[in-house]
Amino acid sequence: MTATTAMQAPLGDAESVRQRKRGTRRISPGPMFVAPFLVLFLLLFLAPLGYAAYISLFQQRLIGGTTFVGLDNYLTAVKDPLVIHGVLRVARFFVIQVPIMLLLSLLFALALDSGLLRFAKFVRLGIFVPYAVPSVVASLMWGYLYGPDYGPFAQLARGLDLPTPPFLSEGWMLGSLANIVSWEFVGYNMILLFAALRAIPHDLYEAAAVDGAGAWRIAWSIKIPTLRPALMLTLVFSVIGSFQLFNEPQLLNRIAPNVIDSAYTPNYYAYTLAFTGQQVNYAAAVSFLLGLVIVIVSYAVLLTANRRSAL
Amino acid sequence: MTVIPSKAPESPRRKLDQRRSTPLTIVMLAVLAYFLLPLFWLAIASTKNTGDLFSTFGLWFSDAPQLLTNVKDTFARDDGVFARWLLNTAIYAGVSALGAAMLAAAAGYGFAKFRFRGSGAWFNLVLGAIMVPTTALAIPTYLLFAKVGLVNTPWAVILPSLISPFGLYLMRIYAQDAVDDSLIEAARLDGAGELRIFTTIALRLLAPGLVTVVLFTLVATWNNYFLPLIMLNDPNLYPVTVGLSSWAAQALNGGAGANSDMLGLVMTGSLLSILPLIVAFLMLQRYWQSGLAAGGVKQ
Repeated sequence: MTATTAMQAPLGDAESVRQRKRGTRRISPGPMFVAPFLVLFLLLFLAPLGYAAYISLFQQRLIGGTTFVGLDNYLTAVKDPLVIHGVLRVARFFVIQVPIMLLLSLLFALALDSGLLRFAKFVRLGIFVPYAVPSVVASLMWGYLYGPDYGPFAQLARGLDLPTPPFLSEGWMLGSLANIVSWEFVGYNMILLFAALRAIPHDLYEAAAVDGAGAWRIAWSIKIPTLRPALMLTLVFSVIGSFQLFNEPQLLNRIAPNVIDSAYTPNYYAYTLAFTGQQVNYAAAVSFLLGLVIVIVSYAVLLTANRRSAL
Repeated sequence: MTVIPSKAPESPRRKLDQRRSTPLTIVMLAVLAYFLLPLFWLAIASTKNTGDLFSTFGLWFSDAPQLLTNVKDTFARDDGVFARWLLNTAIYAGVSALGAAMLAAAAGYGFAKFRFRGSGAWFNLVLGAIMVPTTALAIPTYLLFAKVGLVNTPWAVILPSLISPFGLYLMRIYAQDAVDDSLIEAARLDGAGELRIFTTIALRLLAPGLVTVVLFTLVATWNNYFLPLIMLNDPNLYPVTVGLSSWAAQALNGGAGANSDMLGLVMTGSLLSILPLIVAFLMLQRYWQSGLAAGGVKQ
């Protein structure tokens, strides 16, 4: 509309005018634009964090009511075998699931971007669709698919006289959960990476091809390095996602209650503590500790990745 | 799409076809089959009665498909509570997504185009919040909301969803490039106020980024389970995720009798609940893909 005509208008030294104005403006409109977000951010993000930190320093006792106990809850939590096992379990989940998921996302994105694929658009959207499926529905579906009696995999195995795959057994459960989470998020990460790939100017590839680089060489030397910021982003999101795992185990708990207990993941444990055990203060400490673990792991992952690329 | 070297002797079309790789296409179609398999299974399951769910092969229709009956039963169950859940989800997700996108757009624009005291520190603070797990935040938020009487109201689900640190990050990056400084300056010289410049010029230029944030917040809220699970205990306020989960629990606990048809309803309900989002994504793909590109490239 009018905007487009204005954009083309030659403005000459408008840039320098703006620079001068910026320094001397009386009331900056910047705060006006950011205030609504920041006020809600303070109320809904920082306040709960502060409150969690505060109540985690107290304990409810039968005699004497709520008393200040300092860091006692944290000292209990770091020695609580349920917390330790939960954290180790999600750490193991992270170490196994995330590399597989991101590697697959990267390979699919590269395949889509290579231009070698027929039905590329259809494939891209099809792989992405599970992202639009709520994790509740995904867990319910996979839970039934895994089922040893009526699941289609079990039906197929019986039909072929093979042993039914024990998806819901103790040994397989973490892998089965990893499969659900990967199913949900491979497409999402693939799209993020694919979007970044599309933004690489294509003359770069042509220049490389003229210099004799093949498709793999171009992928390795041009595409993957350019994807670094996008890969970092997906990696950090994956740290957060893995460590706060809740929905999938909570829903599978119903069909495999003997394998998944209510402390299977730290988040599940905090939920159980707060809503079944009424141990609100201890739950806050566990939540806070989990948040701390996630921030530390995220930074560690970012630092390692940055250092490695600098070499 | 594909780059065609200009000096190619063949016609562009033929060159394009030659470059296609059949083995790679087959591999990727197999991959696609894995991703669509559960959805295919769900669609099949929605056409069966509970008995057939157990007795017939999961990946093909039974002799008596009854999708319409299942849909009718799903909506009739518990005085039509399923429609209520869908409506709740649409309201929670819609309000959250629009609100979050507007807040993120205004703040992203503010951070990108104005420098003011503390702007860098505030932005970094919000950026750091991307790493704070929302579910670790949910329990303290519940406790706070319980204090001020917000628990078991729609606001308990909507308010926390209004803040999207990633949305702000995306909008800031997007605003940096999409809104030309000289354009803002020209509008100022024409005497337009800052708010007017934002609403009439900037918002329009931010549209693709805005759609991206709307869609992704929409998905996040639509799919949200943990937050409504802890915040709400009135089934009439449930979003469809919590509702389906409660039905699934009944289906497993009930066994025979009154709940014997529950499993079929869970399947049909699941199918019905995922259709709107899938359709929204497919229809708006042009927007969210370009919006994502901006967020993925820069750091």
